Amino acid sequence: MSETLLTLDGLTKAYPGVVANKDVSFSIERGEIHALLGENGAGKSTLVKSIYGLVKPDSGTMTLNGVPFAPGEPGDARKAGVAMVFQHFSLFDAMSVAENIVLGMDNPPSPRAIAGEVRRVSHLYGLPLDPDRIVGDLSAGERQRVEIIRCLLQDPKLLIMDEPTSVLTPQEVDILFLTLRKLAAEGTSILYISHKLGEIAALCDNATVLRLGQVVATCDPRQTAPREMAELMVGTVLQSPVRTARPEGPIRLALKGLSAPAPQRFGTALKDVTITVRAGEVLGIGGVAGNGQDELIAALSGEMPVASAMVELDGTPIGADAVNARRAAGLLCAPEERLGHAAAPDMTLTENALLTGVRRKHLEQRGFLRWPAATAFAKEIIEAFDVRTPGPGNTARSLSGGNLQKFVIGREIMQNPSVLVVNQPTWGVDASAAAAIRQALLTLADEGAAVIVISQDLDELMEVSDRFCALTDGRLSPARPARGLSVEDIGMMLGGAHDLEVAHVAT
Amino acid sequence: MIVLDKRPQPSRMWSYAAPVLAVVLTMVVGGILFAALGKNPVEVIRTIFLDPLFSKNAWFYRPQLLIKGAPLVLIAVGLSFGFRAGIWNIGAEGQYIMGALCGAAVGLAFYPMESWLIFPLMIMAGAIGGALWGLIPGLLKVRFGTNEILVSLMLVYVAESLLAAMALGPLKNPEGMGFPGSRNLSQYPSAANLELISGSGMHWGVVAALIAVIFAYVLLARHMFGFQVRLAGQAPRAARFAGVNPARMILICMGLSGALAGLAGMFEVSGPAGQVTIDFNVGYGFTAIIVAFLGRLHPVGILLAGAVMALTYIGGGIAQSNLGLPAAAISLLQGMLLFFLLAVDVLTNYRVRFSNRVAA
Amino acid sequence: MDLSAINPILLLASLMVAATPILLAAIGELVVERAGVLNLGVEGMMITGAICGFIIAVATGSPWLGFIGAAIGGAMLSLLFGVLTQFLLSNQVATGLALTLFGLGLSALMGQGYLGIRAPSFPDWHIPLLGDIPVIGPIVFQHDPMVYIGLLIVASVWFFLNRTRGGLILRAVGENHDAAHALGYHVRRTRMLAIMFGGACAGLGGAYLSLVRVPQWTEGMTAGAGWIALAIVVFASWKPGRLVLGAYLFGGVTVLQLNLQAAGVAVPVEYLSMSPYLATIAVLVIMSAGRAPGSLGRIFHAAR
Repeated sequence: MSETLLTLDGLTKAYPGVVANKDVSFSIERGEIHALLGENGAGKSTLVKSIYGLVKPDSGTMTLNGVPFAPGEPGDARKAGVAMVFQHFSLFDAMSVAENIVLGMDNPPSPRAIAGEVRRVSHLYGLPLDPDRIVGDLSAGERQRVEIIRCLLQDPKLLIMDEPTSVLTPQEVDILFLTLRKLAAEGTSILYISHKLGEIAALCDNATVLRLGQVVATCDPRQTAPREMAELMVGTVLQSPVRTARPEGPIRLALKGLSAPAPQRFGTALKDVTITVRAGEVLGIGGVAGNGQDELIAALSGEMPVASAMVELDGTPIGADAVNARRAAGLLCAPEERLGHAAAPDMTLTENALLTGVRRKHLEQRGFLRWPAATAFAKEIIEAFDVRTPGPGNTARSLSGGNLQKFVIGREIMQNPSVLVVNQPTWGVDASAAAAIRQALLTLADEGAAVIVISQDLDELMEVSDRFCALTDGRLSPARPARGLSVEDIGMMLGGAHDLEVAHVAT
Repeated sequence: MIVLDKRPQPSRMWSYAAPVLAVVLTMVVGGILFAALGKNPVEVIRTIFLDPLFSKNAWFYRPQLLIKGAPLVLIAVGLSFGFRAGIWNIGAEGQYIMGALCGAAVGLAFYPMESWLIFPLMIMAGAIGGALWGLIPGLLKVRFGTNEILVSLMLVYVAESLLAAMALGPLKNPEGMGFPGSRNLSQYPSAANLELISGSGMHWGVVAALIAVIFAYVLLARHMFGFQVRLAGQAPRAARFAGVNPARMILICMGLSGALAGLAGMFEVSGPAGQVTIDFNVGYGFTAIIVAFLGRLHPVGILLAGAVMALTYIGGGIAQSNLGLPAAAISLLQGMLLFFLLAVDVLTNYRVRFSNRVAA
Repeated sequence: MDLSAINPILLLASLMVAATPILLAAIGELVVERAGVLNLGVEGMMITGAICGFIIAVATGSPWLGFIGAAIGGAMLSLLFGVLTQFLLSNQVATGLALTLFGLGLSALMGQGYLGIRAPSFPDWHIPLLGDIPVIGPIVFQHDPMVYIGLLIVASVWFFLNRTRGGLILRAVGENHDAAHALGYHVRRTRMLAIMFGGACAGLGGAYLSLVRVPQWTEGMTAGAGWIALAIVVFASWKPGRLVLGAYLFGGVTVLQLNLQAAGVAVPVEYLSMSPYLATIAVLVIMSAGRAPGSLGRIFHAAR
């Protein structure tokens, strides 16, 4: 029963200075799992927002079930049978699961009936969920379940999923795929957005590849080599980062029973984190978001001071030291959130260079700032890390994600850290910038620094780490050599499938 | 359909033009309002904005410009640091009163002794009094997480009551034949804040305001503290990452703005006002908020904005006596000015685009 | 000093009257803040409501029409705030302050010819049966209608927020405006409506001062009541039920203070009149643990 569900014909959407989608056409069959593949910034989000009624295309038409389809707002799309699971969840932390689900539906059942409905659907698809819990207390995986169940309760004809696996363990991914296949077998079409080639080959029937807003290819991901799809997606052949063999150096950073209560509501407490990192080594810390990554880096950067003995740098206890004292001692950090945490969005690159560089680069004298020196430092970073910007006088906000991330990581590396801690160094960054950043981290380690990479991207961690450990619910697993670890091993370290169950066979 | 696109960087041109446009719009809409009140709009606007400077009586009004402008600028400069850092001290009126009370109390305590030491001591007392009053909401915010906006404002009413209690009680002039109000400090040479150049309006408060402007300029443009203030306001998380201690920032900003407001009160009570009376405060602490925003929280801008606002006070006074314009119309005009400024400010940060389709 | 001059029944009865203007303004602001908007202009909207209500009540002779006019006046003024913050994306703190300064000036101008006039009277209801209950009757059931309308509004707001879909959407918008937008809810429209409701309630609160409690017009007669209303919203942790408690607590302090003044306590009047403000600060210190709506005070600009 191969009939077309949705056809896109010549969709174009331009924003001032950038064409997000240009003449995009493809179609999705009923019951098909269709991949939309592309780099960050390729225009995937704009495209699905057009289908979901959040963005109005400038030109082009859509046809759903043979009828012209032009949703004016998400409610129209939902009525037509389109549902969407967002990448950055559209959830409300302070509200219950049931309330969150009701908010995603246009004709919700009564409050009493909803709990039963949630239990029924969550049992049917192996997605356990308690309707009365507060969403802010849920893990990232559980939060995704809320979104999925919200969609499933509306019996969608088309389910759009935007990068759904970035918050899941490998085992959870397997179970999600089972659920999706079951849905597809029941006749639901799925538009699956990702940049992970392995997943797409495992799950999807068809793939449309977007680059710079245009469709560059449509292919069968099972027949096409991943390398070929990568090149279609990126446009050039990418080099894997190189690393030289290194002798094992002395211990640079030691965490000894690092514990800290959750700094805010909906945060995670750190529980007895113990690990050492040596000079010349890259330690990868994997884990699903919300398992203590932010808290760990805050404890290391000094934004959340802990007991002095819990953190030792080159043998000196510094756990109670303030942010700048740690920088002076050589422990530098680059947090995950670029805009607003690692950099001030509305400040210039010069000012942002000053933000962390003031101490080690001697950018102040008795409290007075040396602006020329700060500008020079910003220029150095821009040049050394190939940051694309008209100059250091531009605001951080004006840079693309990849360029700003290169600037932020470059700013720390240029200060010659003895220990560098980065969280999600390539999140939302285009492939060439990501490769450059990984290479820079490896080079830093080669030069004798200890590097800690915290990431949810397991491929990235396998590529750069010497040793790997997992952060789950604020606890850190013992480290294991990264070479020779299988995906299953890592999955088990990350806590396996938690409480997920395989989708029950429809009765 | 009008669409706003966020500019990659704030427009430099509009950040200068917006306050000017706001003043012009206020004149236009104010003129319409005056016409509605049955006045000749052109004449009223001219009286308010030009007569204090250029009429044949301008020799009398020009010194007034300094006298009215100095407290506004002094207070607004202090407030601008907190406003930049996202710390909203809106109780400057209370700190102004407390500065005046403390300064006056120290001066009166020495009466009738004469010494050159008395006036400097009064200055210190005024600054400390204002700073302590400003630190109350600061400390409560740091310690208990209370909202500084509400606490600082509540303290204005408390300070007003204290002012009344002082004017009727401890600070009352024993030789005042029962009238409320203190001795006249301007007639007590050691405690008087007299004109430095006769007929110029120039008193120590004006000097202090100018010094404050210069200090603030240097701090903001060249000093680490100014950088941290801006950072704390624009990106609080980035500020913590840069090593800014939020609690310290709150206390410094509240204390600093309180001290400057206290100074303004002390210079006023020992000079232009002369004595502690029940109705000593006339709202400078609130008008200074408008001055701070109109001057874009920049010291030089505040200087200019203070002058404009002083103009409306003086010109408003002239319009009141010569044209019978109600006093309330002037405070309405001042409020309107802030509204227009906030409205046209959208042009600084956003680009306005006309789109033929309806946005989501 | 003669403390026996204080009649506890009268004291408790006047407590409900003293609390009503604050309660009205606070319940409006609660809705505004639950929608994610911080409007610091309550004081300005209250005083505008006070003069609008007064003018209309004097002109028509009907306090009821006065209250309606006050609600409209407050809502109109709040519209200014709404347009600036929602469409011109101005800073909510600064705009709220501007609204207060503007409202104080506007009301003073409007009230030029109304000084020293008495408002048309608004008779107390003597609710049959209930009003005759000893002690409780005079305390609770012998007030003017607005006291009960205020409580009714609070109850309706509670019902709306917790039991209706509209209330759920309003809370969602206040909790996370980006998510609400992504689901297709109209963030601006919801907020504009909430802001206007807040303005109307503040207007009613102001008119209660000028038409019932004082009852005449004086410049700046709200004397910080709008700010106290803002404080009570924080005290109530954004929950309507606790709002009543907060307003009555505040009303109690005010009334007790006035009674002590009347009884001639040996403390100067000036110190006694500080007490409502000091009590408000104390309340803010004790009750600062509540969780504010997630998007409170943040500017919403729908990104691409």
